[in-house]
Amino acid sequence: MAGLNNNANDIKISPPRWLLAELTYACPLQCPYCSNPLDYAKYPDELSTDNWKRVLTQARKMGAVQLGFSGGEPLTRSDLVELVSHARELGYYSNLITSGYGLTEEKIVQLKEAGLDHIQVSIQASTQELNDHIAGTQSFNHKKEVARLVKKNGYPMVLCVVIHRENIHQMPEILAMAEELGADYLELANTQYYGWAHLNRDLLMPTKKQFDEAERIAQAYKEKVTGKMKIYYVVPDYYEDRPKACMNGWGTTFLTIAPDGVALPCHEARSLPGLDCPNVKDHSIEDIWVNSKAFNFFRGFDWMKEPCRSCDEKEKDFGGCRCQAYLLTGDMYLADPVCSKSPEHGKIQDAINDAASANLAENEKPLVFRNSRNSKSLNLIADIND
Amino acid sequence: MSINEDQPIRFSPLHRLQWEEAQQKYVILYPEGMVELNQSSAEILKCCDGTKNLAQIVAELELKFAATGLMNDISAFLDVALNHGWIKQ
Repeated sequence: MAGLNNNANDIKISPPRWLLAELTYACPLQCPYCSNPLDYAKYPDELSTDNWKRVLTQARKMGAVQLGFSGGEPLTRSDLVELVSHARELGYYSNLITSGYGLTEEKIVQLKEAGLDHIQVSIQASTQELNDHIAGTQSFNHKKEVARLVKKNGYPMVLCVVIHRENIHQMPEILAMAEELGADYLELANTQYYGWAHLNRDLLMPTKKQFDEAERIAQAYKEKVTGKMKIYYVVPDYYEDRPKACMNGWGTTFLTIAPDGVALPCHEARSLPGLDCPNVKDHSIEDIWVNSKAFNFFRGFDWMKEPCRSCDEKEKDFGGCRCQAYLLTGDMYLADPVCSKSPEHGKIQDAINDAASANLAENEKPLVFRNSRNSKSLNLIADIND
Repeated sequence: MSINEDQPIRFSPLHRLQWEEAQQKYVILYPEGMVELNQSSAEILKCCDGTKNLAQIVAELELKFAATGLMNDISAFLDVALNHGWIKQ
């Protein structure tokens, strides 16, 4: 069967290096580009502290070394310090990926003492008004204060700003803000259109002209701050003509554990049909990584259709992103439509055109914010359509 | 940027140098990233403890590995390391 590789035969399985621990879907923010699933409200269960510790131990034993504590908002877990401390004992490099909401200096010090290596704080814009609008919560001044406290307490400070049509014009101010806050790294993440961002795509996608201008400004700034602040620029893949090498290849490097214990080859994989993603409550990490149907599904190249199958670039980009292929074409085996060799590449231009006309429309529809109420009502609509 | 020959060199407090059993090699860890090191790079970085300058590091490694003429290679690698922010002066 296409897509289901018999792993024992010809594919060499490399161990996981990156573990993303999505501790919870709870979050005080409501960003309309959130990467959590649209139906996250369906999964309220959260793994126990003991289960998380076992997951960390087992993944570390296999070779995972980078660990992201993410969510939702990981600070809402009362056992965060305990988990960080366990991770440090195991030798992980721990990253806390947070909105900063509710983070106090006392907690920052506690986490440092427990062995946390790095805190990444997200900021939504360079002005209070826009930040608080996008976050759906008053948080701008607190976030800036948190960024300063992170720096003050000796962590490398990473500021992450998701870029989209509402804030892309602030690029010069965002860069200046990051420098002023003393960020060691600035991640400028152009929105990737999955989940909530896909739902809001018409309102979030900038034009090519806006992208080019923002990128030019960011690249010029990169030179200005060389040696002081590193700038990571996550490219907007709708404006590329080759797809990203998603997850560095399926089941080769990345392991995500969702709040309820479901193990995923990427944090979007929950949206793909028929993978039967396993739960860490029922299996060991090694069993999941090596033997599960989900992690073997797109390993290697045998699952590919044309034009990927005979493409001389397939070992570079692995046919792009499976979730994007599924989301835009309904067939997860097809080439990622971002690729200009894909017969479905026109869907990308259609999306760009739709966003451009939505931008010009007089009665722009409102952004759908990420919260439990919206998650439940979207769920209901999907159930009715089924 | 290149190495100042007089000043001591220390490994960056914002990075971590660590032996990885699963990979059987040293790695540098930093926010959401990792660099795998070959043996000689790791040996050089392990000497960057904040007390020794370039000449002292070279002397230590030449003694340890019973070798001579390592200055050019070590100095070139440390320039690279400095520009990546792995070491500080």
